[in-house]
Amino acid sequence: MNEENLLALQEVSYTYDDELGSRVPVLKDVDLTIQKGSFVSVLGHNGSGKSTMAKLMNALLLPEGGKVLVAGMDTSQGELVWEIRRHVGMVFQNPDNQIVGATVEDDVAFGLENMGVDPAQMRQRIDEALASVGMEPYLLAQPHRLSGGQKQRVAIAGIMAMRPSVIILDEATAMLDPQGRQEVLQLVRRLNRDEGITIINITHFPEEAVYSDKVVVMNAGEVLMEGPPGDVFNQVERLKAVGLDVPFAVRLRHMLAAKGIDLPFVLHQEELVEHVCRLLLTR
Amino acid sequence: MLQNIAIGQYVPGHSFLHRADPRSKLLFIILFATLVFLANNTVTYAVLVAFTLYAGLLSRLSLGYILKSLKPVWILIVFTIILHIFLTKGGAVYFQWGWFTVEERGIQQAIFISLRLGLLVVISSLLTLTTSPIDLTEGLERLLGPFGRIGVPVHEIALMMSIAIRFIPTLMEETDKIIKAQTARGANFTSGSLVKRAQSLIPIAIPLFVSAFRRAEDLALAMEARGYRGGVGRTRLHKLAFSWRDAGIAAAGVLLAITIGWWRA
Repeated sequence: MNEENLLALQEVSYTYDDELGSRVPVLKDVDLTIQKGSFVSVLGHNGSGKSTMAKLMNALLLPEGGKVLVAGMDTSQGELVWEIRRHVGMVFQNPDNQIVGATVEDDVAFGLENMGVDPAQMRQRIDEALASVGMEPYLLAQPHRLSGGQKQRVAIAGIMAMRPSVIILDEATAMLDPQGRQEVLQLVRRLNRDEGITIINITHFPEEAVYSDKVVVMNAGEVLMEGPPGDVFNQVERLKAVGLDVPFAVRLRHMLAAKGIDLPFVLHQEELVEHVCRLLLTR
Repeated sequence: MLQNIAIGQYVPGHSFLHRADPRSKLLFIILFATLVFLANNTVTYAVLVAFTLYAGLLSRLSLGYILKSLKPVWILIVFTIILHIFLTKGGAVYFQWGWFTVEERGIQQAIFISLRLGLLVVISSLLTLTTSPIDLTEGLERLLGPFGRIGVPVHEIALMMSIAIRFIPTLMEETDKIIKAQTARGANFTSGSLVKRAQSLIPIAIPLFVSAFRRAEDLALAMEARGYRGGVGRTRLHKLAFSWRDAGIAAAGVLLAITIGWWRA
């Protein structure tokens, strides 16, 4: 296996039993590699298999066919599960339902306690982790007094304390207000840039994907598209066909193009504004 | 409306009792409860009352908090007093009206038994008033540790308690939301007969249960994702440590036991 590939899914398939007892394939022979230190966004509908994929990546689920490799470790090898979960941290959708501790400090300690870290070392690692998410002043706060964005940052601190290589955000911004979403995204972007943590952001907000190194589009249990955000979002019609939206700037440019106004391809809103202004000036 | 609830009845502070180890406080209460039942004359009761007053002073809590703890049991105490005055016979007769008498033993027992109840409630309230629920859970887990060897799931029980403590405010907020949502749909929780009002709680309880189960499922997944695998090989952030305060509590316990043993009839 390539040294640079931190995570690899090799022909992974997974099936759920629905309420009627019939088997529904959720993932069909998915191949995917994720490079160390990269920021990957996974887009897709509900039921496209993106959450299942996340759970396969830290051995919460085991593949029925194929292999999931985390830093070279096969998730189906039972004795490696704890090491894999230390490597791959997960932030879930509902901020309330993933905080175990009665105070922020207790919650950050939870993962360390599970790992059997020496209590003398714990203090330092908790302080470091809280500093890395900017939540030091809340060390003794009770979780229910925090905002949604702050709770997700505490959840991320709990993972950071375990010194992971990958953080998977499983729709972690879906229940947050715009400000909370910004807080969390800025934080993970910084962790990715400064601490070299690989980030996998599973989301259905295309806007969140524009800053990533790679975008993976899931549809009906398969990887529909994979590549840099520019390449993926350029295929507006193809994304539309599976009911997925594109970032606002891309959509607007596409609509303008349909009206005969041609602009260069852009991902970010500011660039589009720039182009439109320039167009207006030169006309 | 349910925003500022205190969990348990813990009152934060830095007194001697606040800073003592929860284990020694728990053990002391067991001893104290035994001694309360061994006391059987004026001297022993006086010693216990004096000691409880002193402990109250040590907690540096206002008298109001301590008296409030007696509120749920005062009916029981009054009832005990009446029963003993009227029904316990023996000794000098103080009052007679037909077959009905109030006798010496009755008065004595009324005082002793109500004191017994009151002392137990006050001393255990001093524990819950000066110990945070988290510390209490941790103390219990450590004290019950040895029972783990005979198959009692001590770690699991302690974890359940601390998760319950963690989720009380969350579920309170949720209840509040559900009440508002159902009120907005025209539900009426405040009028009608008792049966009607009890029935009107069903539309609150059911959504609350459904969401509590969903939360439990999410939490279990999140715990697993963070490498939870039961109590084996687990370390703890908070190390409970005995200090001179606990030595003091132990000494007080021994002294009290000797005094009661010596003076009891």
